[in-house]
Amino acid sequence: MSRIANAFEDETAFIGFLTAGDPTIEKTVEYILAMDEAGCDLVEIGIPFSDPMAEGVVIQDANVRALKHNTTTDDVFEIVKKVRQKTDVPLVFLTYINPVFFYGYEEFFKKCNECGIDGIITPDVPFEEKGEIADIAAKNDVDVISLIAPTSKERIQMIAGDATGFIYVVSSLGVTGMRSEIKTDLSAIISDIRDVCDLPVAVGFGINTPEQASKISEIADGVIVGSAIVKIIEECGENASEALKQYVSEMKNACR
Amino acid sequence: MSKGRYGEYGGQYISETLMNELFYLEEQYNHYMNDPDFIDELNTLLKEYAGRPSLLYYAKRMSEDLGGAKIYLKREDLNHTGAHKINNVLGQVLLAKKMGKTRVIAETGAGQHGVATATAAALLDMECEVFMGEVDTQRQALNVYRMELLGAKVHTVKSGTKTLKDAVNDAFRDWIANVNDTNYVIGSTMGPHPFPQMVRDFQAVISAEARQQILEKEGKLPTAVLACVGGGSNAMGAFYNFIEDEDVQLIGCEAGGKGIDTPYNAAALTNGKIGIFHGMKSIFNQGEYGQIAPVYSISAGLDYPGVGPEHAYLRDSGRAQYVAVTDEEAVGAFEYLSRTEGIIPAIESSHAVAHAIKIAPEMDKDDIIIVCLSGRGDKDVKSIAEYRGVELNE
Repeated sequence: MSRIANAFEDETAFIGFLTAGDPTIEKTVEYILAMDEAGCDLVEIGIPFSDPMAEGVVIQDANVRALKHNTTTDDVFEIVKKVRQKTDVPLVFLTYINPVFFYGYEEFFKKCNECGIDGIITPDVPFEEKGEIADIAAKNDVDVISLIAPTSKERIQMIAGDATGFIYVVSSLGVTGMRSEIKTDLSAIISDIRDVCDLPVAVGFGINTPEQASKISEIADGVIVGSAIVKIIEECGENASEALKQYVSEMKNACR
Repeated sequence: MSKGRYGEYGGQYISETLMNELFYLEEQYNHYMNDPDFIDELNTLLKEYAGRPSLLYYAKRMSEDLGGAKIYLKREDLNHTGAHKINNVLGQVLLAKKMGKTRVIAETGAGQHGVATATAAALLDMECEVFMGEVDTQRQALNVYRMELLGAKVHTVKSGTKTLKDAVNDAFRDWIANVNDTNYVIGSTMGPHPFPQMVRDFQAVISAEARQQILEKEGKLPTAVLACVGGGSNAMGAFYNFIEDEDVQLIGCEAGGKGIDTPYNAAALTNGKIGIFHGMKSIFNQGEYGQIAPVYSISAGLDYPGVGPEHAYLRDSGRAQYVAVTDEEAVGAFEYLSRTEGIIPAIESSHAVAHAIKIAPEMDKDDIIIVCLSGRGDKDVKSIAEYRGVELNE
């Protein structure tokens, strides 16, 4: 069984996101391990990009902080290597396609495989453009995680039918960021997905409270939280480990 | 592979959330472009409201002064709102209206596309919000107020480099959140399919007219067509109907800023590399590791780190050439055209004028150059004065 499949085996998985290099490369290693220790079942690592078009302000700012001290794609691979020495928690990259394209698809996915990256999420590569990376990723045992949005409708069948790893359901229209309320009819979307595939379904975008996590847990296999975690890192800077552990364990408990 | 390809360029590299909307937009676009009533309505707006056809003006004093090719100016600056942008905007906003949308959004650099969108939105009774980088709201404060007068809301974009590319980012972010009632009216031949094609088609009126006008005036086709290139909409419009005329040289003039060997330029086709950004595979100015590079130009309208995918294709296929023109050359051309012909060109268009000044003297008297004068320069007077160290007391 793959590490990603493992993450969803028992109760609802809690998936945490942070931006690599925010506040520093060393601290990113420490924070991933802290989240893992507190019960995070899968960690999404954002490769910083100059123009993160799908992100709200909180994660945009994290990208700016990471790039201010020139966090590079090679630095991010170093982070993964260090984390991998200590844990088997599944690790997935969240990256815009240009840094991957620039690095060279072959070279990038070879490195992913060597470092122990399990999957990749590219918010600016829809189903129609998946051919850019699908074969090379598969060759290197990296799952390409597909996104499904509230507007996907009849596209769900096509996307879910061809998906690997897990399915990332975008909870709301708009960019990432904490929301007080999620209005989308997620159970209808998830039920459409379950009609065509057996992969675990995780929901992200906007989730930040234990109440929301608990509610999503009733219908989904995973809860994804990004901005709330990045906000803690923004506020605590180099001393975020304890706050992260506390938040992650609270959220993980809500998923149980 | 997805639709909307120009060789390897183009495509639809965008959030899943927008995919169905892009398909719907394409379908509606194809539908209405084949609907005689829509075409009639659009043509009436272009004629009665925007003032088309625009003149093809023989710049006699300039031609004689330079002593080579005859130079014609395609006077897009005479359109309502003072630039070529209105051609595309009337098409897109009318289409949005037909699609049942109630709100349009736009990005703007110099403010010309924002003003044009606000204008069309006022005319067609649509809500309008415009995203503009903070740096540009300062460079082009008058255009901000102009948009507000027209009833639009202007968002000052403070992320990233605070210029055009960041305005595009925020416009896409808004569209993702409001896709049900909103159309994103992209101002250039860029973004995911169908935008590069749609914007080109709406701008192709420039070359359709120019081709006919030059045949009427000179009985032959021009030797070269020149246009400035940021995202590339006036250039695609000016080139499009000449592409099949293989003897007509097509020359795009990019923003060379302070020089293409300095970091301060926006010449993507001269200095950029292939990449994937803003919904398209094309050529972008980018740094190590594929971070999109901060670019610079005196011209807010050319201050964009990429170029539309069809230009990338025209360059690779050799059908068009692209040259870089520096700030200094563009400002020189701005002043030259003002003095010589009594026409104050937009600083964007001045890049194309500058290249005409460079090549015309080396050409024969029976050669003809058409320069697309994409906009008027009233908006730039202040920044040109600043560039020359002249203090204006307003």
